[in-house]
Amino acid sequence: MQKTRKPFMQWLKSRKGQKCILIFTFMFVPLLLLFVFTYLPFFKMIEFSFYKMKYIGPKTFVGLDNYIDVFRRSECFKSLQVSIYYMGGAVVQLALALFFATLMVFKTKGAAFFKGAMFFPYLICGIAVGFIFKFFYARGFVLDSILQAFGMNPENIPMWLQDRSINNISLAATSVWRYTGQNMILFLGAMMSVDSELYEAASLDGANKWHQFRYIILPSIKSIVVLNLILSISGSLSAFEPPYVITNGTMGTGTYFVIMNRLAHESQKVGLACAMAIVLLGIIVLCTVAQKLFFKYAFDDGTSDESRAAVRKRKKAEKAARKAMRGGSAS
Amino acid sequence: MTNSKIKPLSVVFLVFKYVMLAGAALIALIPVCVCVLTAFKTTEEYNTTSVLELPKSFLNFENFKVAFQQANMLKGFLNTAIVLVVVLTVSVFIGAMLAYVLNRFKFKGNAVIQNLFMFAALIPGIATQVTVYQIMFSLGLINRLYGYMIVLMGTDIISIYIFLQFFENLPVSLDESAIVDGCTYFGVFFKILFPLLKPAIVTSLVLKGVGVYNEYYMSNLYLQSSELKTISTALYKFTGPYGNQYNYICAGVLITIIPILILFLIFQKQVYGGMAAGAVKG
Repeated sequence: MQKTRKPFMQWLKSRKGQKCILIFTFMFVPLLLLFVFTYLPFFKMIEFSFYKMKYIGPKTFVGLDNYIDVFRRSECFKSLQVSIYYMGGAVVQLALALFFATLMVFKTKGAAFFKGAMFFPYLICGIAVGFIFKFFYARGFVLDSILQAFGMNPENIPMWLQDRSINNISLAATSVWRYTGQNMILFLGAMMSVDSELYEAASLDGANKWHQFRYIILPSIKSIVVLNLILSISGSLSAFEPPYVITNGTMGTGTYFVIMNRLAHESQKVGLACAMAIVLLGIIVLCTVAQKLFFKYAFDDGTSDESRAAVRKRKKAEKAARKAMRGGSAS
Repeated sequence: MTNSKIKPLSVVFLVFKYVMLAGAALIALIPVCVCVLTAFKTTEEYNTTSVLELPKSFLNFENFKVAFQQANMLKGFLNTAIVLVVVLTVSVFIGAMLAYVLNRFKFKGNAVIQNLFMFAALIPGIATQVTVYQIMFSLGLINRLYGYMIVLMGTDIISIYIFLQFFENLPVSLDESAIVDGCTYFGVFFKILFPLLKPAIVTSLVLKGVGVYNEYYMSNLYLQSSELKTISTALYKFTGPYGNQYNYICAGVLITIIPILILFLIFQKQVYGGMAAGAVKG
């Protein structure tokens, strides 16, 4: 490593030696962990996705068959459609979170209670949330009783978890219940970072609540809302716990991960499960790239007030003007 | 003058606001409250009364006792506590140390390593478990509590992000003046920078702590022996034998909620602050 003839101990004590040792010791553990538990599995996953194999036993190379199967097997493809319900849920959740955060940004009595009550579901573990809602939706139990108390005819109440036209909505609703409060706290945090004098100045100038929302609040949280919207796409694709605990993925409620989990650990179709994982990763990477591009395009990385779109428009206009000028001078 | 004009409108707005907030709080709390009611009912009461009725007595702890013993929750709590302490401590140190190196030193491969962590954050955790399972198996880490802890530390990318971001805002002049005073690089980190990282540590503890306490999938996969159940896998036991006996299940659910509820009530401010700080990573 060291080329000079200087004794090793001396090098060790020098600034440079110290730096090398520090870099090595501080990075060794995290990099080892990163390699063993993220990249090694990742590359193995790519390898396995080309084989027909179980955990133990021989494997046969099958080329792209697993990938074709992901889109051909009805269970896998259907599970992607199920994700649409969770995406819908995510949009509802973000909208609700934004709405309640906006309400709370103005002075609120009992703010601590409302915040706490709405945030609390986030802290409950997925399995407990599953049980709570299994109980909530079960025939004749909580939700049915509440609806009946409001005078709804029991015969008109659907089977929340069995009816295929509605059960995915019921399950996605549990995610909304669990995460809305947390999103609200995020948005509220971003809104609070706006100087409160701005609100005062605005209301002195006669701006109503809508104007305050439109021109002060919304710009301050634009990027965090967009970020969460995009995160929620990968979140919806990887929804796992609600269907796993509440319905065990039966009655057409199997999300992508539930199906993948079943293929990998119950039927031991390891190759197919790996191909599913890679396809999912591909979708997530696409979404992330789209996000990055969108941010660049819409906000120009937040460095200038003028967005990329506006810059382009202006340049186009300038170019056209120049062309017209040149054309004019030539003729 | 303008004030009196606005007033009726703002009263309507206030009423609307509090009705909406109360409604939301109610929806957030009802599913849990019904669980509380049910958890205090005897099996006979449970079978004969509507779920919305109050139990005869809020002192009937029988279900809690049964749930606690049947699911071996004491063991679960103990295991979860050990995992939490070890994983959180190690994660904080690993994250802070790595972030220090990546942020303060320029060396070949720095950018590559940062990108490697960035990309790793995109890989969905559950997806890679198919192959992580194999690696765990060949390393002999399955059914070992320390094996589970190692996986949890290994898949920890959030705290690294948080620390990286925090270091950006710590002026380099701090390090430089300490070095001029004869401090070693190790000294700079442990004596000067680490104490300043407190807000980032809180954020990382909150996010990671909630995640670990609620983690189910890997615990279920890697800790199969009944002696090694964590609190979430212990709870999952209720799917089988208790099927529809929700008075027991609700008691079990509440037992898992109570510790985290108490912690939340004590550290509310830090939790909200941690959440908000963790979100800015975009």
